[in-house]
Amino acid sequence: MFLDFFYALRRHRVPVSPTEWLTLMQALQQGLAQASLARFYTLARAILVKDVGYYDAYDLAFRETFQGIETPAPLLEALLAWLDAPHAAALAPPGSAAAALAQLRQLLAARRQREQPGGGERLLGSGGTAPLGHGGQHARGVRLGGEGGQGSAVQVAAARRFENYRHDRTLDVRQLQVALKKLRHLQRLGAQEELALEETVAETCRRGGEIELVFRPPRRNSAKVLLLMDAGGSMSPYTPLVERLFSAAHQARHFRAFQYYYFHNCVYDWLYRDMARRQRVATAAVLRACGADYKLLLVGDAYMAPEELLEPGGALYAFEPNATPGLAWLQRLRQHFHAAVWLNPMPAQAWHHPTIARIRQLFPMYELTLQGLEAGIKELVRRRP
Amino acid sequence: MRSAPFTQFAGSDTYVLSPELRDAVNVAIALQRPLLVRGEPGTGKTMLAYSIARALSKPLLVWHVKSTTKARDGLYVYDTVQRLNDARFGDGDVSDIKRYIRLGCLGQAFVAEEQVVLLIDEIDKADLEFPNDLLNELDEMRFYILETDEWVVARHRPIVVITSNAEKELPDAFLRRCIFHYIDFPGPELMAAIVRVHFPTLAEALLAEALERFYALRRLDALRKKPSTSELLDWLQALIVGGVTPAQLQAGLPFLGVLLKNEHDLALVAKDNGAGGRRVP
Repeated sequence: MFLDFFYALRRHRVPVSPTEWLTLMQALQQGLAQASLARFYTLARAILVKDVGYYDAYDLAFRETFQGIETPAPLLEALLAWLDAPHAAALAPPGSAAAALAQLRQLLAARRQREQPGGGERLLGSGGTAPLGHGGQHARGVRLGGEGGQGSAVQVAAARRFENYRHDRTLDVRQLQVALKKLRHLQRLGAQEELALEETVAETCRRGGEIELVFRPPRRNSAKVLLLMDAGGSMSPYTPLVERLFSAAHQARHFRAFQYYYFHNCVYDWLYRDMARRQRVATAAVLRACGADYKLLLVGDAYMAPEELLEPGGALYAFEPNATPGLAWLQRLRQHFHAAVWLNPMPAQAWHHPTIARIRQLFPMYELTLQGLEAGIKELVRRRP
Repeated sequence: MRSAPFTQFAGSDTYVLSPELRDAVNVAIALQRPLLVRGEPGTGKTMLAYSIARALSKPLLVWHVKSTTKARDGLYVYDTVQRLNDARFGDGDVSDIKRYIRLGCLGQAFVAEEQVVLLIDEIDKADLEFPNDLLNELDEMRFYILETDEWVVARHRPIVVITSNAEKELPDAFLRRCIFHYIDFPGPELMAAIVRVHFPTLAEALLAEALERFYALRRLDALRKKPSTSELLDWLQALIVGGVTPAQLQAGLPFLGVLLKNEHDLALVAKDNGAGGRRVP
C-alpha cells in the first residue's frame, strides 16, 4: 500500500527501512490511522522517522505524495443520504448487490452510533479491513469528520515547521564516535572498587575458607588526545566534516584527557582556541602542557605554498611573523609525541602537492573518512617498542 | 493482534500534551514498541511517563541511566559478595543462587503481575553501546540468567518510554524498533493551557504578560541556555508568591534568576532590563 510514499521518503533521503515500513503496515492493519490523513501523518512520522533532522524532509515527501487528497468532512453524511435516496435502489442491480447496499447502510449507521458522541470523529474503513473503504482510496486516509482544529495533514506538512532542524550529513557523528571509541588504552587505574572474583576465591581457599575479599581498580581508558585542526583558507569546503569530527571527539567521554586547538595552514608559533583565531596560545606552551603520551591527531589538507611550510616568516599573517618555519614546528610536534597521525580531508589521489609529500614524510597520513580514521586510530594505538 | 483501544491515553489532569504526542503514545502502546521521546530539556519528556502511568493507573518503574550504567544492570545483578559472606557465616541457604539474584528495573517490569510503565530516563547518558545491548531484551521481552540457567520472560509487555537529550546519537538498529516523537517547544496557546493546569487561579492579565515576556526572552538568540517550561512554571510561582502585578512585569523582569541559570545570560538580559526597563527585543 502506498509504496509511492515510501519511495518519496527514500528520494528525500529519509532513512526508512523495510522493517519500519512493515511496522507502519501493522499499525494501519490495526486501524490506528483511523482513516484520517492527519492521524496518518503523525502515525507514519512516529514510526518511520527517528530524528527531528528528517522531519522537514518527511514533510516534503508527505506533501508531494498526498497533495490534493482531501475529502470534505460531511462525506459520510452524504454517503448515507445517497444510500437512502430512491435512485440508489434503482441503480443497484437486483439480487445480492441490493442486499449488500442495505448491509452497508446498516454498518455505516451502526458505526456512526458506536463512535463517541461529540468527539467529532467517525470511523470509516480502518485501513482497509472494514467493508467500506477496502484498499484504494479509503486506505489512503480519506478524512471523514472534523479533526478539531489541528489543520489538515497536508497543511501541517506544507507548513514545514521543522525546516530549521534539518541537517544533511554525509558522515554522521555517531559513526565517527564509534570509530573514536577504538582509540583507547585500557589500564587499571584509580580506586580499588571492582571485586576480583577469581583472586577472592583463590585467596579465600588459601586461608582455609576464611573470606578474603580482593578488590582491584576497574579498567579505564587512559588515552589522552590532542586534536589540532586546520581552519580556514583552502580548508573551508571541509569545515562541516571537521566540525563533525570535532563534536564526535568532544562528546566522546572515554578519553582521560582531550585538548583541541586550531591552526591556519600550518602549525607556527601560535595555536588558537577558536576557529576565528581570536584566542591564541603559544605552541610551545601546548607542548609543555601535553605530555608525550598524548595521541596527536592533526587534521588539515597540508596544501599550501612551499614557502609557507619551509621559510621563516612564511605564515600568512604579516602581524604574526614566525621566526621558525612551519616544517620545524611540525618536526617538533612529531618528536614530542610518541604517536601522531595526520588526517587529510582531501581524497588520497589528490595528494601530489609538494607540501603534502613533505608532511607525509613526517606523519602517517590518512583520509578523513571512516576507513581512514579507523586506519589512523589503529596506527595511534599500535604498541611501540 | 488488536490489544488495546487506540485512544487509551489522552493526557492527565496535570499533563497537557499536543495531539501529535498523544497519537505517538497510543501508537506505541498499540504496537507494543518502545516510545523514544526527544526534545529540549524541560519540555516534559520524563513527566510523560509519570502521566501515562497515572492516566492508565499502572505502576511505574523508573530506570535512571547514568554514565556508568551497564545494560546488564537493568536485567539483574548477581550479589557474589553477599553469597560469599553467607557461606562464611552460615546465614541462609547458600546453595540457592536465586536468593542472590536481584532483578533490575527491566527484570522487575518483566515479572510484574500486571502491565507496568517502564521509564528508561536519559538513555544517551550511558555508554555508546548501551542501547544496542538492550535491543534483544526489548524486542523479545525476555532475557537469560546465566547463574541460574533460567529465562525471565515478560508476563505482560511493559509500556516502555525512553527519553534522550540527543547528547549522543543512538544506533540505527535501536531506532528502527522504536516509535519516535520529538517534543517541540510548546507555542503560546499550548503553553497557556499547560500553565492553567498548574496554576488554575492565575490572573489572566498576569499570565498573558508573563508569557509575552517569556517568549520574548526565548527569541534572544544570544542566550546560551533558553528558559524552558519547567523554569517558566517556577517563575510564575515566584511571581505569585511575590505578588507581582502585570504593570510591574511590564516595567522589568523580576526574579530573573529563576529563568536564567547562566551568569552570561543574566548579565546580558539585566543590562537590557536595567536601562530604564526597556523591553527585551
